[in-house]
Amino acid sequence: MAGNSVLKRVDWLSVLFYIALVFIGWLNIYSSTVTEAEPSIFNFSTLHGKQLFFVGASLIAIMLVLALEVNFYERFSSLFYLLSIVLLLGLFVFGKTIAGATSWYDLGFFNLQPSELAKVTTALALAKYLSDIQTDIKRRKDQLYALLILFIPAILIIPQPDPGSALVFFALIFVIFREGLPLYYLSILLLLILIFVATLKFGTLWLCIGLALLTTIFFLVKRKTFKVPIAPFVSVLVITVLFSLSVNFVFNNVFEQRHRDRFGLWLRLEKDPKKLEQIRKTIGYNTYQSEKAIESGGFFGKGFLEGTRTKGDFVPEQHSDYIFSTIGEEWGFIGTSAVVLLFTFLLLRLVHLAERQKNPFSRMYGYGVISVLFIHFFINIGMVIGILPTIGIPLPYMSYGGSGLLFFTILLFIFLRLDANRLKEGA
Amino acid sequence: MKKILLSSLIILIGITFLGRLSYLQIFSFSPDQVKEDPAIKAIYDYPERGYIYDRNGKLLVGNDPAYDVMVIPREVKPLDTLEFCGLLNIEKEKFIKSLKKARVYSPRLPSVLVHQLSKEDYARLQEKMRKYTGFYIQKRSLRYYDTNSGANVLGYISEVNESDLAKNEDYIQGELTGRTGVEKQYEEILRGRKGVQYIQKDRFNRDIGAYKEGALDTLPLQGKQISITIDKVLQEYGERLMVGKRGGIVALEPSTGEILSMISGPTYNPALLVGRQRSKNYTKLYNDTIANPTWDRSILAQQPPGSPFKTLNALIALQEEVIKPNTTIRCYNGFYVGTSKKGCHCGGGLRNMNSGIYKSCNAYFAGTFRKIYDKFDTTDEGMDVWEKHMKSFGLGDYLGYDLPFGQKGRIPSKEYYDKWYEDNRWSSSYIISNAIGQGEVLATPVQLANMTAAIANRGHYYTPHILKKIEGEDISNPKFTEPKHTTIDRKHFEPVIQGMADVYRKGTARWVQIPGIEVAGKTGTAENFIKINGVRTQLTDHSVFVAFAPVNNPQIAIAVYIENGYYGSRYAGHIASLMIEKYIKGEVTLKNLEKKMLEKTLEHEYAKPYSGEEFKINEYGW
Repeated sequence: MAGNSVLKRVDWLSVLFYIALVFIGWLNIYSSTVTEAEPSIFNFSTLHGKQLFFVGASLIAIMLVLALEVNFYERFSSLFYLLSIVLLLGLFVFGKTIAGATSWYDLGFFNLQPSELAKVTTALALAKYLSDIQTDIKRRKDQLYALLILFIPAILIIPQPDPGSALVFFALIFVIFREGLPLYYLSILLLLILIFVATLKFGTLWLCIGLALLTTIFFLVKRKTFKVPIAPFVSVLVITVLFSLSVNFVFNNVFEQRHRDRFGLWLRLEKDPKKLEQIRKTIGYNTYQSEKAIESGGFFGKGFLEGTRTKGDFVPEQHSDYIFSTIGEEWGFIGTSAVVLLFTFLLLRLVHLAERQKNPFSRMYGYGVISVLFIHFFINIGMVIGILPTIGIPLPYMSYGGSGLLFFTILLFIFLRLDANRLKEGA
Repeated sequence: MKKILLSSLIILIGITFLGRLSYLQIFSFSPDQVKEDPAIKAIYDYPERGYIYDRNGKLLVGNDPAYDVMVIPREVKPLDTLEFCGLLNIEKEKFIKSLKKARVYSPRLPSVLVHQLSKEDYARLQEKMRKYTGFYIQKRSLRYYDTNSGANVLGYISEVNESDLAKNEDYIQGELTGRTGVEKQYEEILRGRKGVQYIQKDRFNRDIGAYKEGALDTLPLQGKQISITIDKVLQEYGERLMVGKRGGIVALEPSTGEILSMISGPTYNPALLVGRQRSKNYTKLYNDTIANPTWDRSILAQQPPGSPFKTLNALIALQEEVIKPNTTIRCYNGFYVGTSKKGCHCGGGLRNMNSGIYKSCNAYFAGTFRKIYDKFDTTDEGMDVWEKHMKSFGLGDYLGYDLPFGQKGRIPSKEYYDKWYEDNRWSSSYIISNAIGQGEVLATPVQLANMTAAIANRGHYYTPHILKKIEGEDISNPKFTEPKHTTIDRKHFEPVIQGMADVYRKGTARWVQIPGIEVAGKTGTAENFIKINGVRTQLTDHSVFVAFAPVNNPQIAIAVYIENGYYGSRYAGHIASLMIEKYIKGEVTLKNLEKKMLEKTLEHEYAKPYSGEEFKINEYGW
């Protein structure tokens, strides 16, 4: 069976990026959790010790993933998907609550987070559905089914509550776009986001005035060349206003205060610089501290284990979601830019791999992997460096967390396994 | 499009992140990390402030170590209260009460449990302190004054305020800085440099060890001890004579410009501005806007100099060769400006330079002053020459001494008069009052003393200064060690000095002669006015006196300015003679004069304008 030939044909460049990220990640988890009382590496009662254990578990998982027949993933993807949906549902009954979120099963030796598993299975299931000979993505019904595959786990995860993880599933839309979902869906999505932000920032009234001005100018310019149909324009205007009003409603009545605070801070809704500074230091404490820690690293960083803010535990959750700030403080711009480049190159490499697949299932799954990794990379680092609002999702391969590391590893290596087989398929 | 959508997004985000990171880590990065880092706490070790000695090595200002027992209530663990109270030398009830009070103030922050332990208690306590968690001893240093004089010269120190912090990065909240006098002027020398120890903290503000194993820590640098030019004995004596009088006394050593004493009356005990009563006392002193004890009259009070100014006009006239020592001018018990007559007390008759000075004849000097101006085609030219000569004596501008405050005084220029009287529509007769030190000229006591020193030196002076030694080393600042030359030739000084010596021998100051010491001096009586309810009212004349001695080997030049002391030889003359004798002989034989000065006060004069009643001025009786 596969054996040696898989190891020969696996994309070693991607593996190299993966190893680099895991290594840097663990080094920084060690730095942010080590205490002088317990400097040992192999102590599983410490967080860095536990993480090391999961690095080992991931190695075993990699071997398993590579050893299995390539058809296995495609054939059983629906089953895996159903399994993860069941696990997500089960959380409502058997779930363990950590830090306010009921996202784990307590397996004694470790806590399993099914939402991490669901990212893998959903990517598989989506690829399977889209690659089915009977699926035509140009059809409304099939579009709907495809979207449903993403929405079901997302909707189950939101009430945990873990809206950050739920958001990840929406990123899988990229796969559907790649497979032919018309791009104007994307434009509409972007437009809605734009209206959302503009409503919060400027208010409905100014948004409408701005929009009216823009359309008037548009009409005046275009009238000479061709006759513009008025009805669609008017309806777009009306929809915009309605959406804008509903944004106001949702923001004020559905969002919780902490969400409002986060968006308020992100969009700098507070104009008084003194109050803003105050908000940054209280509500935006995490982001403020992590920005400061990164800034204080400068170009060269303070050196491994020399981060004063890391040592002083000033950034909360620094070993998990905010691991990037440790890198920033101790390794400086050299470290942070290295990590950003590693991720960028890994993602681009994966795009390249996906595009060279002859088997549509492999390509679509590849896109699923890229979408998931990309959204994590984007949101996590964006949050830690203070350009996105606080949305708590981990940085793949680097943040502390057993399920996370394990399933991100499996996610990637299933694709690498598929890729290793591509020549056989063609033959 | 479909194929490159995700790739371009990835690249876009990658670039955005790199941009943001370079903004944070390269552009916003400030290398001054240690100060801003909340994880690093600086603990300061303050050096002792430098001591201040007088010119003869006598201590003026030292430090008193003060040991406060501090407590952080939250950290206090159960303890043997009885034993601890025994060590602290306080009763148990008081201890419990203080501890409770500290807890109410803040369980987290340190409070003072016992103020200012004695050195003995401190020594006993120090070793055992470790047993009592939550308590520690904070060493402080308070200024200690080995004199009750010289408050304004020595100056005081107080905590830095917002604007100090904004101006100087060396200070942090709670530190002390010199505010006035020598303490302010030589702040950096006296202060030394604080030591710093960086401690790594966690976000609960707990110590988690030394930052970088103490690589950035520094040791404190002791403040330097300085000697100032003040003669402690003379300063204290002068202040005793000054009790009950307002005004300034400045005594200089003509051969060096060293300030022997600098007295402002009324004054206060410098110890008032130390310790727990500081703020209360300061408010009281500061709010006394009538007697104004914190206002250093010796360098800030600009007054008409009166007759001592005549000596300079005599020198200028000689230099400009408009008069010879034996040139005579007749005094008609006064002199005429146009048709109006100005009075003179000299007795009338023919006056030459010698008798003009020792009898202080107004007519003689009015005539002399006119001759200076008449030499030139225009009054403008005359004015320029006169102004140049005057300013060469250090008048009309800051003298440049090393004390933080000062006043320029005033030597009027042609521009000054042009403003008063439209262009050129004034002549020497308009400004004739300047001949006798009235009118528009103003000078501070230190300027008068400096001018006297310049005469004593026969034509040059050394800029007055207060610093003598730093750590036992004589100062070498050329600003103070090189002479400034006046514009008057040396040969012209002798006749003027003879006149001044005759002031003592047979002139206006013959009442205050010092046996065995030849003194040259000049009396002055300065008219002065204030506004009472908007009405310009004349007060009793200021008593002014300048002198130097001995005539042929001057060791001291002195200016005494006593507000409302009436004629020159009265208060100012008495005090000047007493101080000269005290300085040169080390003891006072003029017991009558001394007794009078120690007993008499001018409080009744100072009360007059505020009495709300009609009052007489220049009353002859003592």
